[in-house]
Amino acid sequence: MKILCLIRQVPDAEAKVKTKASKMDFDGTTMALDGMDEYGVEQALRINEGGANTIAVALGSNRFEDAIRRALAMGIERAIHIETDTIFDVVSQAKILKAVVLEENPDIVFVGGQHADTDSQALGAALAEALEWNQITWTTELTLDNNQAKATHDVDDGKESLELTLPAIITTQQGLNEPRYPTLPNIMKAKKKELKKTTPAEYGISTSKVQIVAQEIQERARLNKLIDGKDPIAAAEQLIKLLHEEAKVI
Amino acid sequence: MILVQCEFDTKLKKSALELLGAAQKLGGDITAVLLGTGAGAVATEAAQYANQVLVCEDALLEPYTAKTFAKAIADLAEQAEATIVLLAGSRGGRELAPRVAVRLDAAYLEDATNIERIEGGLRIQHYAFLARVTETLEATAPIVVCSVKPNTQAIAETRAAGEIYEVELELTASGVNILGRIQEKTTRVALTEASLVVTGGRGLGSPENFALIEGLADVIGAGVGATRAAVDAGWRPYGEQVGQTGKTVQPNAYIAVGVSGAVQHLSGMGKSKNIIAINKDPEAPIFKVADYGIIGDLHTIMPALIDAAKKLRD
Ligand SMILES: Cc1cc2nc3c(=O)[nH]c(=O)nc-3n(C[C@H](O)[C@H](O)[C@H](O)COP(=O)(O)OP(=O)(O)OC[C@H]3O[C@@H](n4cnc5c(N)ncnc54)[C@H](O)[C@@H]3O)c2cc1C
Repeated sequence: MKILCLIRQVPDAEAKVKTKASKMDFDGTTMALDGMDEYGVEQALRINEGGANTIAVALGSNRFEDAIRRALAMGIERAIHIETDTIFDVVSQAKILKAVVLEENPDIVFVGGQHADTDSQALGAALAEALEWNQITWTTELTLDNNQAKATHDVDDGKESLELTLPAIITTQQGLNEPRYPTLPNIMKAKKKELKKTTPAEYGISTSKVQIVAQEIQERARLNKLIDGKDPIAAAEQLIKLLHEEAKVI
Repeated sequence: MILVQCEFDTKLKKSALELLGAAQKLGGDITAVLLGTGAGAVATEAAQYANQVLVCEDALLEPYTAKTFAKAIADLAEQAEATIVLLAGSRGGRELAPRVAVRLDAAYLEDATNIERIEGGLRIQHYAFLARVTETLEATAPIVVCSVKPNTQAIAETRAAGEIYEVELELTASGVNILGRIQEKTTRVALTEASLVVTGGRGLGSPENFALIEGLADVIGAGVGATRAAVDAGWRPYGEQVGQTGKTVQPNAYIAVGVSGAVQHLSGMGKSKNIIAINKDPEAPIFKVADYGIIGDLHTIMPALIDAAKKLRD
């Protein structure tokens, strides 16, 4: 089975993000392989033990190379980096990635269910449509039997289990597996693995349909009215009064 | 023309009323789309808010699959010559909308909290970087598809009733075989649509103690949420999880009980208008984002809070 993993490099969840002149400023921000994509990398390595026939694909800036090295160090066989400083809208991304998928012809494409930079859930679905494939989103359980995939995934009001014939796009999330840490020998080996560089222009795409006009950090000022709960009844009454009379929410 | 894909059960869902409200605010001709079993039954309701209502109950729309729905919506958008297509920013809507956008070769804007027209397109605001950043995006394109975050738009106003049309679509089966569905139906208000939410975390200590969360929720008419820690422990269903990998909520008041306030949890509720925390640890990060709070043991605070809320209600 051939498996392609889409990955990206994003600010680490615990890292502080900041902006400068209404644009993100990543100077000094720790970046990491997107945790949601990492579940896909792990799943690929569990399906194809040893990493044979697994490919990581990243569409993004130069710094995405760190995420690629991480995936290779986890065990992915080789990688393709479509390098660009342009942040493309998801429909354009799907066009570029469709070309890569058609070249590589995988059975499964894994991608994170929601990305920690754009907060977008769209890439898996957009790519699936571009390829006219089915998708399984927010997957928590996956079993494969030849070219049949059986999965459980989360939907708005519960869970759904389904079955489909591959190829398919599968979006990953917490609960699917516990991603491994790269071992030192694998980190060394990763340095020698194939990393092909290309550009969006090679797939005939050069502009984005969506422009980022501003990025701002808007922290709501919080009142921080904290009540000591030593006398629970008095504290509870005081809180209810504040919620009713001041916040006017109940 | 603005095409609005409406979610419904036996009535229009609140998300649909918000989308229609957003469409009314943008201005122009509005076409509401109702797809799947039961669509006909809500057509008259939808007609109060739109110029046209398109209804299709094709058997291939059941059970729901994103691929078949996307084709249906894109085909209708083309026939109706829509320039804007609005869908709910629910989880389902956000797997459907990008497919519609790809089919129409449209520009796609996701999970908008605020939408306005600009020359030749739309400008929106949405959250990014685990909801820590507000981005303003612009799309100018012949067609713009936009999903809209639940609970961010004013509900539509009724107008002169629009025309209802039953439409036929050329659909094909998606090839996905749905084996089963576990609905986590609650009698309470849906989490993403609730204007009040009470959430319990690991601090509750046991699934039984969630009676304290439900008790308060019932008195004040709130939805019930849980942290991932409570869900992972098997105390609560996943449908109640709030956070990065769960639901995103933005109620008027979010009451977090026995919740520490981890980044991944905050990304799902940090935009709530009021945050209220009950925690025994004064250093808990949740207090840093709280408007109101009680520092104390939830086992004694919660019963007192339920009593005080009851007194207020009665
Ligand atoms: C990729 C990823 C995604 C994640 N997604 C999510 C997500 O979607 N949602 C989510 O919630 N988490 C998510 N997490 C997990 C998150 O990091 C935290 O582990 C989790 O939110 C902690 O839940 P908690 O606050 O219930 O538990 P804890 O952190 O254990 O906090 C329990 C709190 O209860 C208080 N407490 C204990 N006893 C009492 C008492 N008797 N009275 C009053 N207070 C008491 C304690 O002081 C403490 O503050 C994610 C993590 C990762 C890595």
